[in-house]
Amino acid sequence: MDETPNIDQGLLSEMKKRGVFVTSMQELYNWGRKNSLWPLQFGLACCAIEMIAAAAARYDLARFGGEVFRPSPRQADLMIVAGTVTKKMAPQVVRLYNQMPDPKYVIAMGACAISGGPFKEGYNVLKGIDRYIPVDVYIAGCPPRPEALLDAFMELQRKIAGQKLRGDDMSPHLRKEQPGEYPVPVFGAHDLEPPYNPQIFHPPLAEREE
Amino acid sequence: MESPDQIKQRAEAAVPGATLTLVPNPGPAAQHSLLLDHGHAVEVATFLRDDPALRLDYCTNVTGIDWLERVGKTKVKAVKVVDGAEQEVEETREEAVPGFLEAVYHLYSIEKKHGPVVIRLRTTGRGKPASVPSLTPVWRGAELQEREAFDLFGIDFTGHPDMRRILMWEEFEDYPMRRDYVPPDDYDYEPTPHDAVLERAAANRERRPGKDGCESIF
Repeated sequence: MDETPNIDQGLLSEMKKRGVFVTSMQELYNWGRKNSLWPLQFGLACCAIEMIAAAAARYDLARFGGEVFRPSPRQADLMIVAGTVTKKMAPQVVRLYNQMPDPKYVIAMGACAISGGPFKEGYNVLKGIDRYIPVDVYIAGCPPRPEALLDAFMELQRKIAGQKLRGDDMSPHLRKEQPGEYPVPVFGAHDLEPPYNPQIFHPPLAEREE
Repeated sequence: MESPDQIKQRAEAAVPGATLTLVPNPGPAAQHSLLLDHGHAVEVATFLRDDPALRLDYCTNVTGIDWLERVGKTKVKAVKVVDGAEQEVEETREEAVPGFLEAVYHLYSIEKKHGPVVIRLRTTGRGKPASVPSLTPVWRGAELQEREAFDLFGIDFTGHPDMRRILMWEEFEDYPMRRDYVPPDDYDYEPTPHDAVLERAAANRERRPGKDGCESIF
C-alpha cells in the first residue's frame, strides 16, 4: 500500500474496514500481472519433468496463477528455461523469447540453464542462457525440486509487484529504449556467432589471488 | 558360437578374395574382433548376416575410434656377437604408425541368441573426412549411428543413403570426438576453475578490463 500516494496508511486501513477499497493504478496493474503469469510450455531436459510435476496436482502451480501453460510464445509471458540448452537449440530458444509479447520474464531453471551445469566443459552445450537473453530468476539444482520452482515463481511475483509504472526506476518493459527482442545467434564454423551477447552478458569477476 | 578365428576362416572361404584380419584383445575381456577389407566389406557383412550358423541379424552399436599417429615398438630377438660369443639379445625396433580412423560394429543374433561379434573398418589416414564402406545396406539400423560417427569423427561412409551431420549443425566444420579437436574458447566466466579449465580461463582473464572482484552482475 506504500505506493498509493498522498493517502495516509491509517486512513486506508480504516476505510478498508468500512468496505471502501482504495488502491493505485500501479498496484492494481502489478497485482493482475503477477497472479496470471502464463508460462511458455516447453522443456529441454530432465528439469522439464520437475516443471511438469510443479504444474501437476501435488505441487499445483495453479495456486499462484501459473497453471496456464501456453503452447505458443505469442500468448505466454513467462519463459521457464527448463534444462540443458545445447548450442544447436540456443537460436530457437532466443527466437521463442523474441516472439513473446512484453512484459516478459525468464526463469533459468537448473544448473544447465544457469551455466551449462555438468556439461559446461563440453563442446555442444551453451554455458548459460543468460549469454543471449536477460534472466530474472535463477534456480540452483540438478534438477531443482518443484518447491524450488514454486519459490522462484513467488520470487518473480515479488519482483513484478515491486515494478514501477513511472519514474527513473520504471519497469524495463515500459522503457522505450529497452529492446523487446535480442539478436539470434547464428551457427558458425566452430561455435555460435557471437558466443555471447555483450549487451546482456556481464559475468561477475570472481575474486582470486594471483 | 564360433570363435572369431573360425568365423574368419569361414568368411574367407565363402567370399572369394576377402581378407579378414583378427585383431586380438589382450585384456581380460578377450573380445577379439575382425578387421574387414574395404573391397569385400559389404559382401562379408552380408555373409555374417545370412549365414545359417551365424545369422547376425542385429547391429546394436556403431562407433568410431580415432587413432593418432604413433610410434610402434616391437621387440625382436636377434643374434649378436657379445664378448666374442654369439648371444641372443632382445632388440626394440621403432617404426612410425600412421594415424587412422576406425569404425567398430557390434553384431548380435536375435534368432540364434548369440553375440557379440565385433567387426572393424579402418580408413587410410585421418583426412577430413576419410572414408570406409557403409554397412547400412546390410543392417538398416546402422544408418543413424553411421551418421553420428560421420558427425563426430569425420568418417565418411561411402554407400550410405543419407550422409549428413546428425547432432551438430550443417555449418559446423570440426569433428568434436577426434583427439586433436580444440573446443571453442568460451571460458570467460569460470567461478571455480581448476586444472585444464584454469589454464583456459586464465587466458581469457588477461583480456579483461578492471580489477577482480569489484563488478556486480548487472
